[in-house]
Amino acid sequence: MAELTRSEVAHVAKLARLTLSDEELDLFTVQLGKILIHAQDMSALDLSELLPTAHPFGLVNVLRADEVRPSLDRDVVLAEAPDAHEGRFAVPRILGEAP
Amino acid sequence: MTLANGWEMVIGLEVHTELLTKSKLFCACENHFGSEPNTNTCPVCLGLPGSLPVLNEVAVDMAMRIGIALHCTIAPSTFHRKNYFYPDQSKDYQISQYDLPINSGGYLDLPDGTRISIERAHMEEDTGKSTHVGGSGRLAGASSSLVDYNRCGVPLVEIVSGPDIRSALQARAYAAELRGILIATGASDGRLEEGSMRFDANVSVRKANEAFGTRCEIKNLNSLRSLQRAIDYEALRQIEVLEAGGSIRQETRHWDENLGETSTLRVKEDADDYRYFREPDLVDLAPSDAWQVAVREALPPMPAARRTGLLAHIPEPTGPERDAVDVVVDLDLDDYALGAIAGGIAPALAIARASNEVAAGIENRANLSVDAFTATLTMEQSGALSATQAKTVLGDILESGGSPEEKAAQRGYEQLSLDSLATTVATFIEQNPDEWNRYREGDEKLAQFFIGLVMKATKGQANGKAVIAELQRRR
Amino acid sequence: MTTALSIARDVNAGERSASSVLAASLAIVAARNEELNVFLHVDYEGATAMAAAVDERVAQGLNAGPLAGVPIAIKDNMCQTGIPTTCSSRILDGWRPPYNATVIDRLIAAGAVPVGKTNLDEFAMGSSTETSAFGPTRNPLDPTRVPGGSSGGSAAAVAAGMTPLSLGSDTGGSIRQPAALCGVVGMKPTYGLVSRYGLIAFASSLDQIGPFAATVTDSALLLEVIAGHDPRDTTSLPEPSPVLVAHVNDGVAGKRIGLVRELVEGADEDVVNAVNSAAEALRAAGATIVELSIPELRLGLSAYYLIAPAEASSNLARYDGVRFGLRVNGDDVTAMMEATRTAGFGAEVKRRIMLGTYALSAGYFDAYYGQALKVRTLMIDAFRRAYDHVDLLLGATTPSVAFAFGAKSHDPMAMYLSDVFTIPTNLAGEAAISVPFATGEAGLPIGVQILGPGRSEAQLFAAARVLEIADGRP
Ligand SMILES: [Mg+2]
Ligand SMILES: [Zn+2]
Repeated sequence: MAELTRSEVAHVAKLARLTLSDEELDLFTVQLGKILIHAQDMSALDLSELLPTAHPFGLVNVLRADEVRPSLDRDVVLAEAPDAHEGRFAVPRILGEAP
Repeated sequence: MTLANGWEMVIGLEVHTELLTKSKLFCACENHFGSEPNTNTCPVCLGLPGSLPVLNEVAVDMAMRIGIALHCTIAPSTFHRKNYFYPDQSKDYQISQYDLPINSGGYLDLPDGTRISIERAHMEEDTGKSTHVGGSGRLAGASSSLVDYNRCGVPLVEIVSGPDIRSALQARAYAAELRGILIATGASDGRLEEGSMRFDANVSVRKANEAFGTRCEIKNLNSLRSLQRAIDYEALRQIEVLEAGGSIRQETRHWDENLGETSTLRVKEDADDYRYFREPDLVDLAPSDAWQVAVREALPPMPAARRTGLLAHIPEPTGPERDAVDVVVDLDLDDYALGAIAGGIAPALAIARASNEVAAGIENRANLSVDAFTATLTMEQSGALSATQAKTVLGDILESGGSPEEKAAQRGYEQLSLDSLATTVATFIEQNPDEWNRYREGDEKLAQFFIGLVMKATKGQANGKAVIAELQRRR
Repeated sequence: MTTALSIARDVNAGERSASSVLAASLAIVAARNEELNVFLHVDYEGATAMAAAVDERVAQGLNAGPLAGVPIAIKDNMCQTGIPTTCSSRILDGWRPPYNATVIDRLIAAGAVPVGKTNLDEFAMGSSTETSAFGPTRNPLDPTRVPGGSSGGSAAAVAAGMTPLSLGSDTGGSIRQPAALCGVVGMKPTYGLVSRYGLIAFASSLDQIGPFAATVTDSALLLEVIAGHDPRDTTSLPEPSPVLVAHVNDGVAGKRIGLVRELVEGADEDVVNAVNSAAEALRAAGATIVELSIPELRLGLSAYYLIAPAEASSNLARYDGVRFGLRVNGDDVTAMMEATRTAGFGAEVKRRIMLGTYALSAGYFDAYYGQALKVRTLMIDAFRRAYDHVDLLLGATTPSVAFAFGAKSHDPMAMYLSDVFTIPTNLAGEAAISVPFATGEAGLPIGVQILGPGRSEAQLFAAARVLEIADGRP
């Protein structure tokens, strides 16, 4: 596996909505690089025969009945909002449409 | 529209439909359009820390109905997280099905017989809705936005067609047929104006039989007309670019209904990295065979079968008759047409009255029972009401309920009921055996003799044509 | 210190009042919290009212529940209606959840009195409670040392005698490791045994709430109360709470217990010695000790440090300044989200979000996250094979006793290694308990870890109880 680069770290920070200072970028590049090098003990293994485990137990079809229960009181919900207007959560302007 | 210089459109549609469940996909908040903002919210659909999703059983049932209606294979499936930051997505990820959708590999036959493949029909959650403050109230130029999470977590099924559609008109036909199917399954109300169904169109052009060109995706088309216009515009735009020696850039485009144009929204780039991974808060979904069979058996006939069924009653349907059948099926008026046909009404008349008069008053259809519809047409067919009178009576019943006899009386159309006409005719036949025998032997003049007697006895209320019909029935 | 078992018995018998028990608990909190920084929030009013309600039930002649009047401390990553819940992060500073976690409902129904919220590593990411945005918690046994983490506050609450019980959460060892470092009993239940509803997620497929207590019996008592199916958590096991307290004294006679080389290798000598004498004690109680090796366990750390951050990177996306918690303004919504997250999260949280985002991103998924999920399969298979031969496994909980502040906080990899013995249990979704046994450097406690397959809690408590007695705490 190729070594982690500073520009990859910068790209990941953008994806994660984090601003990193130059020093943080340098530090994270080193620290994350170390962790990924440690992870190479896994990449050396041939695990092509194994299925991935996403859940510890294989439960299936855990469903709920289609029943309506009372929602939260809107005043309680909006009291926690950093900003709200007219019963809605207010945010600064949105620059682009949802993907 | 035929395209110049041998160009051909290649279109695939992604259709999102909201499901008609009572509660949302992963929480017990009401799934309801038009509530006061943020009144249908809870820790789960607001994405509050610590909350967990639990899958709605009826949403799964409805997704399977859609899959079966589209001839898909239902398979064990999983949920993934599609990660992207956006304020109307409360958790900043969408729970959606990814590599293992519940439904895949189906098809939809258009009324003209063209088969469009369905790649998949998977479950996912809807987002909230933002409104924009300042500027013109649109996203561009707004100074801030307000977010309502009532729609966040409403169940959706996303139906992805293969790139099999070859014209904007065909895309429209596909969307209309799909809408009819969704309504028939009971999974969707198909209300485009409320956003219950939304279309994304992937459009590219190529010279016939060449490889597919680069496609652009037009997002969020919310009417059949926009869908058709946007595709036509976009295909012509692409052809113009290509004929001028340019190339198409893969991008997402926005349709402006007023300008009649598409414009660039986002260029596809590697920022589109959704980091899909299995949703660890949900377990696998594997509907049992018994559940699948139950869904399949409970599914009512789909529009295509219903059209075929209605047309089968008309030996050689004309163009207008075919159109009338389409209207009956589109508006779900089959019960009227079929009920009347079963009650002895001529199929063409039953279908015509359903597709015109009932369709015109469809918002009041609850006022008109199938029996009242059949009774009105029986009166028309027997001659007790003229065609114009029958149409008026149907309109009146749709308006305010009631029976055809009552409505006809109010309109002053009162004539003998068919029963009493038959009784009266029978009485005069009995009293005048000689005249009756002569009439039976072919003396048509004697019809007037009986009409005269009936008219006199009913003080002119009887319909002459109806008397002749009754005489002929008994002849 | 009085046990929870005896408090509940006395309160139900009308021999002590819940209010007086609470007053005694709050007195210790008042005396030591400033120094130790255990509680981030003490709910004086709510706790007083709940204690009074318990006394009222008793006065009416009703049974006030198996935890009647028992004060309990709650790790501050579990939601309690109206009580500030921070995850020790600036990003949630001031947030008051509008709902109770399932465990809170169950505690209150059982008569317990939640006293307040305890400090943790920010979003449970850490092994020393040093990453808390509100300052570290000090180890009550030696305030110059860390209490372990991430549930450092909850471990310290019990160790300092502030409350007889507390709740923690364990994603890679966050209950067992601080329990070991603070000299208390910490149990990580089988995944799905305790509802996660209302537990603020770090890594959803690994997180599990569990008990801290001074004694094995109290630990079992608390787990009985909080365990059992919850329809609000689809990963919750579909069965009622197991019977545990009744089996605490079942012993280990006839059991086969595997002493696992990989669960002691690299540990300090005093820790290794403690594990060996624990094995002797179990043998003396009638168990057969088998030495064995499970090499796959060595891969646990690598798999964990990809899987947990990957899930965390997504779980922590919702802290975006829109609906609750901190907002730092920006010109547009993206700038606002970025400014909020940059200001609101500490360095360790950012590091893990970055790592997880990278592991899930296009082009790296298969090599890192995908491979880690397969290692998880490997680990589960390895445990299963081990449990074909033995009933339980034995090893150390941590490589060393409590370490000094700053000893590992500058080297993430060194800090991550403190979880090397606890992580495999989380990856496999199984159960394990840490029980104090013997002491090490500077007289500090050592935790011995007993591991079992899924749903083996009753056996684990019974084995831990044997060690507790052997260690002189009858
Ligand atoms: Mg989608
Ligand atoms: Zn909700």
